[in-house]
Amino acid sequence: MSEVYSILREPLIGGNKTYTDITNDVCSPLERKPTYAWWFAFTISFTMLMAGVIAVTYLLTTGIGTWGLNNTIGWAFDITNFVFWIGIGHAGTLISAILFLFRQKWRTSVNRSAEAMTIFAVICAGIFPIIHMGRPWLAFFVIPYPNERGPLWVNFRSPLVWDMFAISTYFTISFVFWFVGLIPDLATIRDRAQSNFKRKIFGLLSFGWNGSNRTWSHYEKIYLLLAGLATPLVVSVHTIVSWDFATSVIPGWHTTIFPPYFVAGAVFSGFAMVLTLMLIVRKVLRFEEYITLHHVESMCKIIIATGGIVSMAYGTEYFIALYSGNEYEKFTFLNRALGPYSWSYWIMVSCNVITPQLFWFKNIRRNVALVFLLSIVINIGMWFERFVIITTSLTRDYLPASWDSYSPTSIEIATLVGSFGLFLTLFLLFARFLPMIAIGEVKGVLSYGRNKNGEHQ
Amino acid sequence: MSKRLLVNVFENEHDIIHATRTAREEGYTIVDVYTPFAVHGLDEAMGLKPSRLGWVCFALGLTGAIAKLWFQIWTSSQSWPVNVGGKPLSSVPAFVPVTFEIMVLFAGVGTVLTFFALRKLFPGKKPKVLYEGATNHRFILVLEQRDAAFDLHNVRTMFERFHLVAMEERIEKEEQ
Repeated sequence: MSEVYSILREPLIGGNKTYTDITNDVCSPLERKPTYAWWFAFTISFTMLMAGVIAVTYLLTTGIGTWGLNNTIGWAFDITNFVFWIGIGHAGTLISAILFLFRQKWRTSVNRSAEAMTIFAVICAGIFPIIHMGRPWLAFFVIPYPNERGPLWVNFRSPLVWDMFAISTYFTISFVFWFVGLIPDLATIRDRAQSNFKRKIFGLLSFGWNGSNRTWSHYEKIYLLLAGLATPLVVSVHTIVSWDFATSVIPGWHTTIFPPYFVAGAVFSGFAMVLTLMLIVRKVLRFEEYITLHHVESMCKIIIATGGIVSMAYGTEYFIALYSGNEYEKFTFLNRALGPYSWSYWIMVSCNVITPQLFWFKNIRRNVALVFLLSIVINIGMWFERFVIITTSLTRDYLPASWDSYSPTSIEIATLVGSFGLFLTLFLLFARFLPMIAIGEVKGVLSYGRNKNGEHQ
Repeated sequence: MSKRLLVNVFENEHDIIHATRTAREEGYTIVDVYTPFAVHGLDEAMGLKPSRLGWVCFALGLTGAIAKLWFQIWTSSQSWPVNVGGKPLSSVPAFVPVTFEIMVLFAGVGTVLTFFALRKLFPGKKPKVLYEGATNHRFILVLEQRDAAFDLHNVRTMFERFHLVAMEERIEKEEQ
């Protein structure tokens, strides 16, 4: 109950803040003019986005032949990017839903940005399968709707159809979860808005929220319900993504370990991305007292855990490949480590298996610059993991006569750059116009680790 | 008929819980409490019943799951059966993933819409604000003055020990 005061733990929020301080600190970046740093970052991101727009426009007007794909390698760069971005999204849901169910109160400082990151990452991910279709203007064919072709329905036994349902549900639920969380904060901004225009916009978005406890009571309930729904959802999404591969007969893909392996990898890469973004945000917007070293450390620990699962999965895959006695499986895995794409395999192993082990050391976990650097290394490693899984398996399949090699074209690389541009542009706009920290939730954990007078001795 | 309301303002979560509980125990009618964040223990202090939205969520999820399962069986085995690799037309295990997704979609979106409808929240609604600051740093307890026995002085004495910040009277036209 709220009667218990404990000063044994470190407070979650530093600097003896009052409720008004929190409101001011979080809202002030939205109320002042954007800084030069923001414009600089925005210009770069937007340029990257434009590179992607040009690449995709060229692709749409010319055709899939602009990519480096061939008869043997039908999936490569594009699907790698898709799986990479979906994985990034998973950390947001983990923070907002799973840590909520586990009553991890530190999540309140990072959940808003992490959820926004999820939404933007899913937008980036969603683009890739659509542009891969060859005729993306017919993308709506994946939706089962009464049509004049029979009606001919989609094949509900196909993992690609499952994927469409999983991703669109994931996007919708993530967006609803994020928006419901935003409503009380939008009302806070509305009530302190100086300009009439701003008051109108936030008045529209905040649904007439006035802080009534009769509303809060139901609000808390739906928040819990959404968390409870999002938790199995996030597991299902990457499970289904892994089934895109696992239900095929390609050696290296057709394994039962894929769902847990993919889910752990997704959370692993997602937390690396959360750290990359949050460490910048905390520095630039001076949120050091909200996103404290304690938060950074907690996220590093999750990286150790999920990184451990991923390493375990790498080992298990090898063991099963060698132990199963299946010639093709065995060859594929030896080919990954020793074949023409072995460089990408060893990048993956060094980034994903070795890097997280450094987080066992407290000095490293509390060194912000180093954590930032390592988080980028993990991001790179996880991108390569998907590249290794997808490309190496396809380049050397059952029939040596059909073996081929793959390298991305400039169009594919520009598309990847463009997806980063889209992600960063959306994130920067979010940082500019919406509160990056859940004001209401942070106020709720302010008394954590403090005595009745709000002090920590 | 108009209501006479008494707005009592406090400055932290502990005071509002105690003030609310005391007011309820003394038999005052609590119209509502306005707080900047969800204060734990306040529902109980106000005597609110636990939200029943969980059942709504369950019913919606069940509806979504049954509807989608039926739809998949109908499209795959009745409306236009297509033989895919000799698999049974009504291959229920393969229908589980999409059934699950639609269950979550119905339950999640439906429950949130039910919540908006229940609390009459909609885009552009004008918020009812009795005292500034409920979305920033104030905790506001609103009592209704029902009868002649309602004595402002008594209320003030009762709340003084919970660090009452302000106390104001409001007349509200009917329409809650």
